[in-house]
Amino acid sequence: MHTIIDRRELTKGDMISITVEAPAIAKKIHPGQFVVLRVNETGERTPLTVAYKDEVHGTITIIFQVLGKTTAMLASLKIGDAIKDLVGPLGCDERFTKVGTVVGIGGGSGIAVLHHIMQGYAEVGNTLIGIIGAREKALLILEDEMEALCERLLVTTDDGSYGMHGLVTDALSRLVEEQVHIDQVVAVGPLIMMRAVCEMTKLYEIPTLVSLNPIMVDGTGMCGGCRVTVGGETKFACVDGPHFDGHKVDFDELMQRNMMYARDERTSLLTSIRAR
Amino acid sequence: MKKSENESRSILAGTELSTFCPHCHQALNVFDPATRKIWVRLAVSVHGAKGELLLSPQFDVFERQADIELSEGIVVDDLSCPRCGESLVEQQACEECGSPAARLVIYAQSKLVDFSICTKVGCHWHGMSRADQAKIKPKVSRQKKPEQDALLRIRNFNEVSYGLDRELALVEASRCLDCKKPACIAACPVEVDIPGFIRLIREGNFVEAARLVKQKNALPAVCGRVCPQDDQCEKACLLGKKEEPVAIGNLERFVADFERETDSVAIPRKAPPTGKRVAVVGSGPAGLTMAADMVTKGHSVTVFESLHKPGGVLVYGIPEFRLPKAIVESEIDYLRRLGVKIELNSIVGRLYTIEELFASGYDAVFVGTGAGLPVFMKLPGENLCNILSANEYLTRINLMKAYAFPEYDTPAPRGRQVAVLGGGNVAMDCARTAVRMGSREVSIIYRRTRDEMPARTEETEHAEQEGVKFRLLTNPIRFIGDDRRWVKQMECVQMQLGEPDASGRPRPIPRAGSNFLMDVDMVIVAVGAGPNPVLFSGSPDLERTDRGYVKAYTPSGRTSIPGVWAGGDIVTGSATVILAMGAARQAANDMHAYLMDGKKEWV
Repeated sequence: MHTIIDRRELTKGDMISITVEAPAIAKKIHPGQFVVLRVNETGERTPLTVAYKDEVHGTITIIFQVLGKTTAMLASLKIGDAIKDLVGPLGCDERFTKVGTVVGIGGGSGIAVLHHIMQGYAEVGNTLIGIIGAREKALLILEDEMEALCERLLVTTDDGSYGMHGLVTDALSRLVEEQVHIDQVVAVGPLIMMRAVCEMTKLYEIPTLVSLNPIMVDGTGMCGGCRVTVGGETKFACVDGPHFDGHKVDFDELMQRNMMYARDERTSLLTSIRAR
Repeated sequence: MKKSENESRSILAGTELSTFCPHCHQALNVFDPATRKIWVRLAVSVHGAKGELLLSPQFDVFERQADIELSEGIVVDDLSCPRCGESLVEQQACEECGSPAARLVIYAQSKLVDFSICTKVGCHWHGMSRADQAKIKPKVSRQKKPEQDALLRIRNFNEVSYGLDRELALVEASRCLDCKKPACIAACPVEVDIPGFIRLIREGNFVEAARLVKQKNALPAVCGRVCPQDDQCEKACLLGKKEEPVAIGNLERFVADFERETDSVAIPRKAPPTGKRVAVVGSGPAGLTMAADMVTKGHSVTVFESLHKPGGVLVYGIPEFRLPKAIVESEIDYLRRLGVKIELNSIVGRLYTIEELFASGYDAVFVGTGAGLPVFMKLPGENLCNILSANEYLTRINLMKAYAFPEYDTPAPRGRQVAVLGGGNVAMDCARTAVRMGSREVSIIYRRTRDEMPARTEETEHAEQEGVKFRLLTNPIRFIGDDRRWVKQMECVQMQLGEPDASGRPRPIPRAGSNFLMDVDMVIVAVGAGPNPVLFSGSPDLERTDRGYVKAYTPSGRTSIPGVWAGGDIVTGSATVILAMGAARQAANDMHAYLMDGKKEWV
């Protein structure tokens, strides 16, 4: 059992940050790695990327958007409640190297993951530029944290309620127009955003790392549910990833695969709401 | 009447046996034309009078005629052979009345057997030694265990076989020939004393029988259900040469279930604590055996399991209808009562490395992580939606209880026309699970014929009874999706069998131009499994084979790292529960010797 010691709503009831006790995991987890959790006995095993770790206090922080039943249940937990099962660290331990200027692009709850990865890039002395986007101002998270980490931060909103009016790719275009030298792009967010970013960086031949979050059961390489085609080869996101060369990922296939249980996910959520 | 007499009576009921004198070996049987019956003729003396006694050789009748007065209840002075005159009366006494007994030789089932009768007139006792009873018992065919009806069971996940009950088990146990040199023991990877435990069943000593099995096999209730007996002990059974072999697996299951259901499970005496600590990686059959062995030898044992439930393949792989999870739980509970600590949600290789285990005070490590990585066929279209590995399908349904969705949150993939690729036990499990999940048409696609299928006979039979179709000599070559990238068709090619390949099985060869399309909306790939690399990410020094399995010496199980043993599927590749347990037992013996012997030599 892992007790929740802190819980914050980053946006109105939609984007939640929880900090749980997990001393062994906190000691081992690196930026970009994830955990699989199960809220209770009937719960589903759900992979979630870790946003912060605190080795000293033995905690990890997970930031998630409420999308389905598991995240809704997770959001309903209060400080002092416990998560039944928590396993990690999962995914490859990405070794960050000094490449020069790294542009980190984050969308939605992906910003939390991006922030952790950018910390990894910062530690080895890269120059960081951040681009973060959300549908509207109220849904934007971690702006201050990103601001503190990056030399420059561009913020976009789809509706223009804050920052640049437009998408994260528009902000990336601006950087390119300004002829900012970019050695590496890291994109974390909705698949459609990562695909758009990759299409663009492919044109400019900028290496691009993406962090994928496909459907998985165990997270340890056992089920193969998380397979993704990368450069024509099948990879398991849980053990070969979750970071891949974005230019090689078959996003269309992944988008369809991530929809496989869409109907069941709705049923699950509706049944639990009706049961209340 | 005594029980032993009852037994031999029922065995001999209605039989007419040839009898001989034990001294001169001449026949005692005579044909009496008057009565048109065969009698056993003996010389008898009573109170000085000598005469002839005729006994019916139908031992259940025991009719007698004599030419002298034989009143009921008297003990005759002597019974002798009318041909050589030697007395037949011996030291052995009648078990019923204590009178002296006479010995004859009877001929039954191609054997000469000693047979005793009582010398007291009217006492119907006759006796044989137990071994002799086994030799002359009439043919009893192999007992079938009762099962759920096929039409009923495809609608539930309850166990298909109910197992033998007491009576059936007694009858089945009576079939064992109790061979002098039992081939079955040698054919068992953990060398269970099979004739020994069957003997105890015959004596009605079921709990003792279970304990005898447990001396060699820590998980009898599991092995009785999932072992490939038809390839091991039952294949070696001498009875199997002429008729069907003794149902050893069913008997093993019976005693284990009896012990558990009657709460007779006793915790064996442990050796005094040695102060040594053993880390076991993986809680499948190998890990559990290692843990049980080492904890009884007095070591402190911790098992690390990456999933949220212990049991490995026993909980995520083998379905409820074949191995009820309550049984696995009780086996694990037994280990906990023995003092084994189990740490769930702990991935060795990620959370701890093998080095760190040593650093935190463990003296030895056993790697039993199994073959958990699903193998795909690398065919075009294999990543279409609703094509999934057997591991994923079974894990969702068994471990995550997706059959109870939405009560449990994990959804199960569904299909109307399901193709399961492969011919092993896992393929059968998937196909039978799909039937229970309501799929209309479930087919096994296998590239060889029924004879080469690696699945247990019982599983293929059950699958067939449940309506699973077998498309043999068929191999998929690509998958075709619809506009939403869901699988809708599968292109297959027909095969024919060629020369034997490296595995000794005939090599399947595609028949040119035999391609055809098959409509499917779900495909489960059950063609095997590989070693999971997660453990090795933290321990690159652990030497591995080209195929990624751990290199370990047979039979000790020692690996390239001193203090680290490995066993089970992680060494051999996908095999059986019992082979993993056998390897773990041998590794445990070696580990124990290593820990107790001060010298830390590692060769």
